[in-house]
Amino acid sequence: MTTAAHPSSVVSEPTAEKWLRMYRCMQMIRHFEDRVNDLYLRALMPGLAHLYVGEEAVAVGICEALRPDDYITSTHRGHGHCLAKGAAPDRMFAELLGKEAGYCRGKGGSMHIADPDTGNLGANAIVGGSAGIATGAAFSAKHLGTGQVAVCFFGEGALGQGLLYETMNLASLWKLPVIYVCENNLYNEYTHFSETTAGDILARGKAFGIASESVDGQDVRAVHAVAARLIESARQGNGPALLLCNTYRYTGHHVGDISREYYRSKQEEQEWKTQRDPILLFAAWLTGQKIADSAALGQIESEVKAEMQAAVDFAIAAPYPALAEVEQDVYA
Amino acid sequence: MPETAQRELTFAQAVREALAEEMRRDTRVCILGEDVAEAGTPFKVLSGLVEEFGTNRVIDTPISEAGFTGVGVGAAMTGMRPVIDIMFGDFLTLTMDQLVNQAAKIHYMSGGKWKVPMVLRTTLGATRRSAAQHSQSLHAWVSHVPGLKVVMPSTPYDAKGLLKTAIRDENPVVFFEDKMMYKLKGPVPAEDYTIPLGVADVKRAGKDITLVATSSMVQVALGAADLLEKIGIAAEVVDPRTMWPLDEQTLIASAKKTSRVIVMDEGYGRYGVTGELASVISEGAFYSLEAPVKRMGAMHVPIPFSPPLEDLTVPTEQTVFEAARALCGKA
Ligand SMILES: Cc1ncc(C[n+]2csc(CCOP(=O)(O)OP(=O)(O)O)c2C)c(N)n1
Repeated sequence: MTTAAHPSSVVSEPTAEKWLRMYRCMQMIRHFEDRVNDLYLRALMPGLAHLYVGEEAVAVGICEALRPDDYITSTHRGHGHCLAKGAAPDRMFAELLGKEAGYCRGKGGSMHIADPDTGNLGANAIVGGSAGIATGAAFSAKHLGTGQVAVCFFGEGALGQGLLYETMNLASLWKLPVIYVCENNLYNEYTHFSETTAGDILARGKAFGIASESVDGQDVRAVHAVAARLIESARQGNGPALLLCNTYRYTGHHVGDISREYYRSKQEEQEWKTQRDPILLFAAWLTGQKIADSAALGQIESEVKAEMQAAVDFAIAAPYPALAEVEQDVYA
Repeated sequence: MPETAQRELTFAQAVREALAEEMRRDTRVCILGEDVAEAGTPFKVLSGLVEEFGTNRVIDTPISEAGFTGVGVGAAMTGMRPVIDIMFGDFLTLTMDQLVNQAAKIHYMSGGKWKVPMVLRTTLGATRRSAAQHSQSLHAWVSHVPGLKVVMPSTPYDAKGLLKTAIRDENPVVFFEDKMMYKLKGPVPAEDYTIPLGVADVKRAGKDITLVATSSMVQVALGAADLLEKIGIAAEVVDPRTMWPLDEQTLIASAKKTSRVIVMDEGYGRYGVTGELASVISEGAFYSLEAPVKRMGAMHVPIPFSPPLEDLTVPTEQTVFEAARALCGKA
């Protein structure tokens, strides 16, 4: 399904250059995550990580519609958001390995990457925990008159958290420029969302008078079009929006979630990967439009792969923080 | 204290004056809470602020403690200096994730990049006949968490000076006000002053026993000290003023001087701040102590409504007097 945005609602039609930047970014996320999984399998990464593979169109489509100084909050499944907002893969890998060169000097890890330079207020390992922070950033933007917008990414599992509705109510009352982006990848960990989520998701936003829309989260152009419209509307002072992106995660809840048949079938996974893959769908459109041929796209992919390998090598070689750092930065 | 210190304000007026001065000094300072604007809070602590600063800066929120505390965290990270008003300390439980997992950890988790310069003001204290859900003193909960600072003023002077410092601090600060103390009067200079966090104050000097007291217990300790004086015991009353940072040296020095210590606090005795303070003193002044450090806190019961029962639950001048007398061997 390609839901072309209504012409009047398109903020500005992306150029070929922009489409290819988005394609590159989607490839970057995919190959970044591939390397993360590899680090896990080779026992080089401490702890676990939650991969974003399959959901690339959401982060890329939305972040492409943001200004560099706009804010995002991210989740435990946050690598894609960080990359799409402009984070450098080498420093992200360094963070994943607990190295000093990491975005958080190794103190945050996979679930807490934060970076003021790219407006990343931080990934959050409390499901739904960042709704307040994103809404607060929108509060600042409004009070300081900066014209910034905040995007709050969350999985559909966070729909069970009261904080989300408290902040939606506040954001609507105060017309704050915040976009609540629900990434519905169908599963709250190992439980299908239909077992945990009553009623209509969009109705939850509408109940607060919030513009609420859904989009095919595998179609990066559709995501981008609707995001650009909602973000600009919020920037103009028209208040918050809820954007429901229907998507799918290809791999386990985290890298160690290998046997998944008890909660979803291999066939289901296969169908999404072969028929609904956001990168394949976008590549087909790019070649169909003659924006790039498959050789050019292949070239992008191999450049990205090499870049990711170099980033991993950097992180592996990077030193750990000095032990004296353990007590640093508890207080500002 | 300078001449102008003769001016007297109530505790509530001192809090309000601190807020007003900081809001005049820094336009990023704003207040968010339930019934903070026209109502000026149920305790009338904020009366008049909305008239001066408008509803853009003194902001009535829905009854969503987690929500507006979270908004405060995000706003603090991005250029504002929010002061969050949580009407009753009992409602801290509703803000816990935002305080403990978000505000307290963001600076550290981000490798020192993001800061959360936010103040959360709330109340503590029993004996107001408000029953179990409006009477607790839960400061130990937040004192336990690295990344938070915890302030507990016991006089109007301290309230004003400490609140101004808290607002200027780059960290999340939880500021506890004893609701029974809002009408307490005391000298407060009109000019700008601040009190650093982490500096205890000796409220009364003495040589025979140290009464370490926090917030609501400081007045109780001073009252007990008067009673003790009549039987020839000179009690020193030390108020740490902030639970974290904690002025360990002043506590230890007083204990070394007097050799006997009672630590009193209105939080629950078990696993409460009295345990921490007693331990700091025991470790630091062990060889000078004539007796084990005694702890006095709230009884380990939900605060009952019935007045004679409620009055049993917190240390009083009389119970402190008796405990001190016993500790000094004059029972
Ligand atoms: C408050 C809270 N409860 C539970 C968890 C454990 N947990 C981590 S991820 C997850 C599922 C989240 O599902 P969803 O929000 O849909 O995000 P997804 O993992 O699908 O991207 C759970 C239950 C948590 N991290 N935080």
